[in-house]
Formats: sequence, structure tokens, C-alpha cells
Amino acid sequence: MSDYKIHVLVCGGTGCRASESDQVFDNLTSEIKNQGLDKFAKVVKTGCFGFCEKGPIVKFIPDNTFYTQVTPTDAIEIVEEHIVKGRKVERLLYKNPETEEYISDSKSMEFYKKQYRIALRNCGIIDPENIAEYIARDGYQALGKVLTEMTPEEVIKEIMASGLRGRGGGGFPTGLKWDITRKVQNDTKYVVCNADEGDPGAFMDRSILEGDPHSVIEAMAINAFCIGAKNGLVYIRAEYPLAIDRLKTAINQARECGLLGENILGTDFSFDIELRYGAGAFVCGEETALIHSMEGSRGEPTLKPPFPSVEGYLKKPTNVNNVETYANIPAIINKGAAWFSAIGTEKSKGTKVFALAGKINNVGLIEVPMGITLREVIFEIGGGIKNGKKFKAVQTGGPSGGCLTEKDLDTPIDYDNLIASGSMMGSGGMIVMDEDDCMVDVAKFFLEFTVEESCGKCAPCRIGNKRLHEILEKISEGKGTKEDLDRLVNLGNVIKDTSLCGLGQTSPNPILSTLKAFKGEYLAHVIDKKCPAGVCKSLMAYSIIEENCIGCTACARVCPVGAISGQRKELHTINTSLCIKCGACIDKCKFNAVIVN
Amino acid sequence: MSNVKLTIDNKTIEVPQGTTIFKAAKQLNIEIPSLCYMNLEALSIEHKPAGCRICVVEVEGRRNLAPSCSTEVAEGMVVRTHNMRVLNARKTVMELILSDHPKECLSCAKSGNCDLQMLAQKLGIREIPDQDTVAMSTYRKDFSPSIIREMDKCIMCRRCETMCNDFQTVGALSAVNRGFDAVVAPAFEMDLQDSPCTYCGQCVAVCPTGALTETDHTNRLIADLSNPEKTVIVQTAPAVRAALGEEFGMEPGTSVTGEMATALRQLGFDYVFDTDFAADLTIMEEGSELLDRLTRHLSGDTSVKLPMLTSCCPGWVNFFEHQFPDMLDIPSTARSPQQMFGAIAKTYFADKIKVKREDMIVVSIMPCLAKKYECQRDEFKVDGNPDVDYSISTRELASLIKRANMDLSNMPKSDFDNPLGESTGAAVIFGVTGGVIEAAVRTAYEVQTGKTLERVEFEQLRGLEGIRQATIDFNGLPINIGIAHGLGNARKLLEDIRAGKSQFHAIEIMACPGGCIGGGGQPLHHGNAEILKKRTKAIFTEDEGKTLRKSHENPHIIKLYEEFLGKPLSHLAHSLLHTHYTTKSKKTIIIK
Repeated sequence: MSDYKIHVLVCGGTGCRASESDQVFDNLTSEIKNQGLDKFAKVVKTGCFGFCEKGPIVKFIPDNTFYTQVTPTDAIEIVEEHIVKGRKVERLLYKNPETEEYISDSKSMEFYKKQYRIALRNCGIIDPENIAEYIARDGYQALGKVLTEMTPEEVIKEIMASGLRGRGGGGFPTGLKWDITRKVQNDTKYVVCNADEGDPGAFMDRSILEGDPHSVIEAMAINAFCIGAKNGLVYIRAEYPLAIDRLKTAINQARECGLLGENILGTDFSFDIELRYGAGAFVCGEETALIHSMEGSRGEPTLKPPFPSVEGYLKKPTNVNNVETYANIPAIINKGAAWFSAIGTEKSKGTKVFALAGKINNVGLIEVPMGITLREVIFEIGGGIKNGKKFKAVQTGGPSGGCLTEKDLDTPIDYDNLIASGSMMGSGGMIVMDEDDCMVDVAKFFLEFTVEESCGKCAPCRIGNKRLHEILEKISEGKGTKEDLDRLVNLGNVIKDTSLCGLGQTSPNPILSTLKAFKGEYLAHVIDKKCPAGVCKSLMAYSIIEENCIGCTACARVCPVGAISGQRKELHTINTSLCIKCGACIDKCKFNAVIVN
Repeated sequence: MSNVKLTIDNKTIEVPQGTTIFKAAKQLNIEIPSLCYMNLEALSIEHKPAGCRICVVEVEGRRNLAPSCSTEVAEGMVVRTHNMRVLNARKTVMELILSDHPKECLSCAKSGNCDLQMLAQKLGIREIPDQDTVAMSTYRKDFSPSIIREMDKCIMCRRCETMCNDFQTVGALSAVNRGFDAVVAPAFEMDLQDSPCTYCGQCVAVCPTGALTETDHTNRLIADLSNPEKTVIVQTAPAVRAALGEEFGMEPGTSVTGEMATALRQLGFDYVFDTDFAADLTIMEEGSELLDRLTRHLSGDTSVKLPMLTSCCPGWVNFFEHQFPDMLDIPSTARSPQQMFGAIAKTYFADKIKVKREDMIVVSIMPCLAKKYECQRDEFKVDGNPDVDYSISTRELASLIKRANMDLSNMPKSDFDNPLGESTGAAVIFGVTGGVIEAAVRTAYEVQTGKTLERVEFEQLRGLEGIRQATIDFNGLPINIGIAHGLGNARKLLEDIRAGKSQFHAIEIMACPGGCIGGGGQPLHHGNAEILKKRTKAIFTEDEGKTLRKSHENPHIIKLYEEFLGKPLSHLAHSLLHTHYTTKSKKTIIIK
């Protein structure tokens, strides 16, 4: 690597690839070659940078120049200007939305300032398809240390001391899980990486596997060494083809280097990894369901105990950890538990990766120390609410979590605080809502997801969620009653109280939390038959303001159902019984004459 | 294993570690309502998917309610089984289940016998919120010769799956689809009759609702019985008499042979006969076949396959036709008693009473649902006319007797008609596991050795263990006998045979637990498998009460051979009393 003066990093994550970053990569590579610079500058396809809002991303090392929204046609200009002439292509730099200043160094960007990258340490930096780059950044050093200098007990002690808790949602202490699995006597044990990421909008696991697959492989090997397993399995959803590809490449490279297989690093420790593909069922992220799916059975949960640590895959003791949890392990071994536990809060150590989505300026993937506040995440890293709108709520923990509001913005984020606020960490989805979002509609959206994803095994989840959704539908259609709100609460509580697995035990959370924080908005729907945010179509009525209408006929012409009538230069009117509330007239009217009540 | 002390509803109890809350509560006489849970202790089947969530209880210190059927006790646990939180949860969950269940109780086959209905009463459900507006699961009605699936009535208790997959290893049923659309169905939601279903009916026997019921022929029977142009003949299987009384409130294990004969006659059957007669006939044919195969095998004829497997059980026949198509030459070619009866009734007996085949209707009363399928197999038809027109189950007969306003418990006893009503004790024991082979041994021993058995009971062949084996000394010749009931157990024996590891000369297989007494058409046991033991006892008592206990001593069988068939395995016997098997496997079999 040291031969090159410049490294040009091109994001090869799924999001940027969807915006032709592969072509950007190819064009940059060929342009550099055309200019005879290929001994001087190297183009590297990396994993996700996290700043997906402005992808595709191209970053120059060593000066950290951060180009955003690069198109394939920009390649020639970038090479000519930046590499040949040493001038930055200003128009592609990130512009601070407030100061309108161009920021060239990514380290000065608000988006990155407060981030602390442990799990994502290599994402957007190394070529995930080149094991040498991983090794160059201390990769497999932790495995070497563990195999040659430590006993399994010592490693587990270190992980326990680090305070690392499961990043998949549950927050179970990772070291303790390893210790339990280690202590179960059995000749055959398994380590399983749960890569069945299913929360809507969450993509941290995918990004880690796409950007830094070796960190997971290394951690699984360390895990296997600790519990006494020879076989590892990664349960990954088949709709993550790029992650699967990169993982396969990484596994092959690790095998070639003797980092997987028999007698790893000359020790008597042997370990290898196989992939198992999931069909994308959300419930298969629940570890017992995941194990049944891997065994070829229907992916549905069974009662715990027995816990997988005691009786898991093929009835053998099995340690299941999430991708992000694993990605932390090598760093903890290399830098020590004390370093890791110095980050975060008292009971939640280290960092957490969040996927920012919704009405936020900087949609993307971030990693922040535990204990950071929601305000910092949303308004500093996230750049605030889109279009200067007002913040209304943020849903953490995906469909299992709850909505947090203004009053929670300054609470430090950790496992326990989120639960205390009526939500949860989950796998780290964070969906931001603004004043235009209707909370009944938001709850309905999440319920739709859980109704779809319930496995159907237990009655409260199978039928109860469907009924909750029906009541919400009723409310958003203006047919709800006050009693329906009571039913939502009772039904929601019973579903939480009686469901078999985590899916049903948390699925009513979006309703219960919004009902608590936005009771007035629900009441507006059932009593006034109004949707204050103007989202629920059945509760909207379109009309035209006399003063503003000039009779241009534009609205009448665009109306797909002929609901608007009126002569040229005269006031137009909307026949509400015909109107389908598509909003085309509002978009078309230049005089703000069409309004929604 | 150490004991655990806990408190349930303020009562302290000490139970072995590993006991569930449900069972511990039961010891304190605390009945926790349940729905999907099923414990057939006598068969070692415990089904506890923890899916219905009706049996939830409060455990102090636990965040959510615990399903008592599958939550194990722990030291110092404090459990409340009926507090208001629990009652509210149970009621709400029950309302949910009912909200997705058709309200067709008035015309449902299971009404009055439905676990869901009983539970709704128990939990005091008086209304189902929003019933008019909520979505309901829909599913096409799936008809098969034996079983009707109305899966809109399925509550996903998954009991049928446990019976079909774990116990029977048939694998015809599993959960498909997700969430609200989840339902138990054959793979790819194909119709049951295109699936590997054997029609054993064990799914029906455990279904708590009307989702799985038998294909009912009682109304067809009423029509036939009221048609003066038809001569309607009935045959009743041995296991029916040992269970029918239960439907009339009698103690399980009460034999009602005589009462049943009277009731059948009062219902209007022209002749009331006994499948036991045909069971004796089966022993003559199957026993002769066994001796023939044994003799040839022992004299070195390698074309003869051993062991010979019994073939009375149609569920079992379907099973090997589906799952072991490479071994169709191992079972006996003898038809089942039901079919032997039909064949003799519509030839020998029809001639005797001078009734044309097409004017005669032969109905069988069976403990079995697979018999409904068996009697309509093409092999058992002459010019499209079946030897047995249709079969009704014990449950259907009970329902018909009740409809005719008769009460079996007040019924005078009477005998079966002759000649097809006479039978020996050997025939009666066909109804329990091991009975067919015991009956065969009673005859084969005497025929083979020329000696008279001093004691006809072969205790070593009896019992409820899934797989049993015994060696019977045939005058110095040791005959190894295997017995399996339940198709999962049968599979083990068959796989041994396929692997060339079997040492048996003869094997009896019955598809249902306990044999026919536990058949899919019997009165529902509602999870109490102890009933099977009582029915077994009734059968053996009936055998003991018979003067004749060996099939070859049945005078009417002797007469049948003299007057009509000639001798066992004769040409005529072959064409009327034997059959062949067909592969039902969809897999491609490569024949070298």
C-alpha cells in the first residue's frame, strides 16, 4: 500500500452501488490508468461510509477529501483536477447546509465529528475483498493473541470485563453467554452468527459484512476457541447478495491464509465457517427460530429454556451472536476491556451503530458512543429535520420499539434508559418523524410489518396483532370510538403479556407508546374525526380558497377523476364525493389555493 | 433428580425438578385451562407447543405470563393460576381465537364434542368484540375419501402435526404460510388426497375443533336404509364394540356387542353381521400364506421374502405404498377382514339369499377412517360395484343411534345373524395391537405342528409398547415375531428389513396407537390415552368369554370352505380374498 501516494476510496456498499458507484469505480480506475497514474494512485472499493444520504461517496486518502453524490461522468474531472492538478473539485464537496460552506475534510463534517467507530472501524477504509488490507489494520491479531497467549477463560473474562452486550436487540451480556455455552459439556458445539437483520430501515449488519467481513470471521473463531466449537455458521438472509459474496470471498481468503481450517496459526485449534441462507423472515432473527430455520424446519420460535447455549443447532450447545456484537470482539481483545469499558455509560459499554432514517437530513449509518443523547444524534450528526420542519418523534428499536418524543431528547442513549422511556435499543434502527407524520399512521405502519412477519405459531401474536391493526385502520378511517382506544391498550398489554417470543412480546409497543405520548392525536381521530397531521386520507377534505383561486383551470385539468369544476378565470370547486384525495391538485396549484382540512 | 418446592395459589408443593407448572398444579387439584396442550401419557406423546397461550399463569418476578404447559418449576417459585391478570389475559386470548373461528356450531360435526366450544363456555365468553367487522381466515374445504379438512376452523394447536409427523412419521401435515394466514396443510397446500396421507385419522382423533373430521356417510346410510329395494347388510369391526358405549356415557372398556347388534337391527339393517367372521377367514388365508412362505423359505427357496407383514390395516397399506414402494412384495396378499367380508357377502351370501349384487348394499362399521378409502379402491370393485359400499366410523354409528332416539345403555342384547355373524375369540382380538398375530399363531401353530394348544393366550405378544418382539416355539422351530403399532414404529421395523437386518419371520403392524381400538374413527379420547388400556381389556375379556378361540374352529368358516372356497389359497380364494399393492410414491424409483 505504501507505494501509492494517493488512495481513492469508492464506496461499494449497497446504497452507493444502487447509484452507480461501481461505474464510478471503473471510470476512476481507467482514467487513472489512461493518465498513466496507476503507480501513483490506487482506487479501492470499500464498504459503507455511512453517509448514504449523499452517496455515492469518493474519499481521498491521505487528505480526507470527501466527495459526495459522485456520478460516473465526474471521474475524469476528479482525476484531472484532484490528482493531476492537485485542486479539489469544489462542487462535489459536502456543503454545510447552515453556513453554505464547502467542507473538504470529512473529519470536519458534523456527521462524523461525534461518531466513534469500533464495529465500523474498517468500513469505508479497507477493501473488504482483500484480506491483506484487513490484516494491515491489525486484523487477525486478536485471534493470534487469543490462540497463543490466552486461555478460553481469560478471553471470556476479558469480554465480560468489557461490558459488551448483545447488539441484536436483547442486550444480553456477551461474555456471560460465552461462559454459559463454554460450561455446557458436549463434544460438538456451534457458534452461529445471526445476520438475519430484519428491522425496517436497519442495515448495520449488512454494512459490516459488506465492508469488513473479516472482523466477523475473526470474532467467530475467537468465540469458537472460547466455547470449544469447531464449526461456525452464519445465518444470513438471501436478499443480501453482496454481503454473501463478500463473506464468501473473505472465508475463502481466510482459509487460504490458514486463518480458518485445521490447526489455525499452527495451534491445535481448528475451525471453519459455513453459510446458511434465510428467506428473509423477521422472526428468524429470534435465535430459536433461526436455529430451526437452519435445521431445515419451519422458522418459528420455541420456548426458552432450553436456551441455545444448552440445546441449540442440532440439539448441540450453540452460541448465537449478532454481526455487530462480533465486530466489536477483535477490537476489545486488541485494545483491552478497560479501553472498551471506558466508553459508554455505566451499564451499556462501548458504541452502538444506528441506522438513521425518516425525516432527517443525514440519512445513513452512524456509530456513536453509548450515552450520547438523541438530540446529538438527530440534530448534530443527523443534521436535524428535513426541510426545517419540527421534530415530532423518533422510533428506536424498529417495529419492537416505541416512539420517543421531545422530552426524551436529552436522555443518554443506552439499553436501560431506552427501555425506561418505553422503547428499546433493538438492532439500532432510528426512524425520525416530523410534524407532518400522523402517529396513528406510524403505529399502523409498524403493525402492518409485524402482522406480516408474525410466524403464526401463538394465538395472541397471530390474531391479536391483526386485530390491533384493524382497530388502527378503523381509527384512521374515522370510524374509531373511544372504546377502541381502551381496547388497543388492553389488547396490546395482553399480547405483550402472553406472546411466545420477542416479536409478539414487543409488537404492540409502537401503539402503546404513541398512544401514551400522543393521546390527543388519537382522540382527534376518534372524536373530532380529524387527522391533525393531514395524513389519514379518509379524514381529509380538499377545498379551494376563494381569495387565492384565479381560475387557471390547472387543478381541474390534472384531477384524475374529474372532481374539480369551474370556468376559466372563475372560482373552482371540488366535489368531495368524487375526490380521491390524491393531492395532484395541491401539487399543481401555483397559488396555494387548494387546501386540506 | 432433586425436588423443587414451590407455591401455587398459596398452596405449597414439592415436585421433581423438570416438572411443568401445569403438572404440579394438577397434583394440587388445580385445573389450569388449556387448549393446544395434549399429553397421551400411555403412548409417550406429549405435545406442548405453547402456542395457544390459554394455560398462561403468573409467576412472581417474571415480566410476562408463563405458559404453564411448558414452563418448568423452579425452587421457591410463586405461581398464581387464576388471578385477575391471568383471567383477563386468558379471556382476551380466547376472544381472539374465537374471533377467527367460524360461528357454525349449529351445523358443525364437532359441536358438543369440541374442545374449543367447551373452553369458551368454561371461560365465560359471551361476546366476541367487533365480530362483524374483523377479518376471518378463509380456506377451501378439502374433501378426501376419509377426511374432510375445514381449515378455517383450525386454531393452530398443531396436535395433528405431532401425530402425523412425530408419531406416524407420515409427514403429510405441517404449518404453512405466516401470521394470520398460517394454517396446517399438506406441502404446497395440495389436497390431502394428493399428499402422502395414509388416512389413519390420528389427526382427526386429536383435533380439538371441527377442522378435521371424518367424511360422514350417515345421511347416505339413512337413505339406503329407507329404500325398500335394497338389501342392506352391516358388518361391525371388533374394536367398535369395545368403544361405542363411551358415546352413551358408559365406562370406557364396557363391551356393547349385544346392544349394538340390537340397535343395528332396529335401525333397519336387513342382516347384522360381524367383521369378526371375516377376521377368522383372514387368519385362514393369511396364516396359510405365512406357513407357505415359511415352508418354502426354510426349504431354501430364495424367491420367497420374509418376514411376512400383516395387511389388515388400510392405513398401514397406504403407508407402505407411499413410503416403501420398493417393498410391496413383503406384506401378505390377504385382503383385510372388511374387504374379505364384502367379497363373500356379495358372492356366496348374495347367492344364498338370491339378491343381485347391485341390489345389495354392504356397510361396514369401523373404528377407522382409512377403511372409508379402502372400500373404494378399484381392486375391490366388480364392474364398478364395490364389495363394501361404504364405511362409517364408530362415532358416526353413535350419532345415528342417537338420532334414531335409541339409548344403547337400555338396549336388550341380541346375537349377530348367521352365517356371516359367527366368530371366534381369535377374531375379536384383531382389534388390539398384537391381536392379529396372536390369532394367526393360534391357528398356524396347530396347523403346523398338528398339536392342540394347551393355552391360547400369548401374553408375550400383548402390551402397549410401540415395538415388541417375541419368539414362539413351533415344536422346536423358533418363529420370531415382531409387532409395531403407530407408523413411526412400523417405519423402524421396515427400515431394518430394507437394510437386511430384520430377523423376524412375521410382523404385525397397526397404524393406530393401541391398534384399532385407538383408531381414527373411535370416540374421541380428548387427550386421555388411558381409555385405550380399558378398551384393550374389554377386547381380551370378550375373547376369554368365547367358546371357540381359534379361527380354524369356526364352523361357518369350515362350511364356507366346504361349500364355496375349497381350501385356503385356492384359486377362488385368491381371486376373492387376496389383493396386490401399487406404488403411490411420487419419487422416481430406479429399478436395476
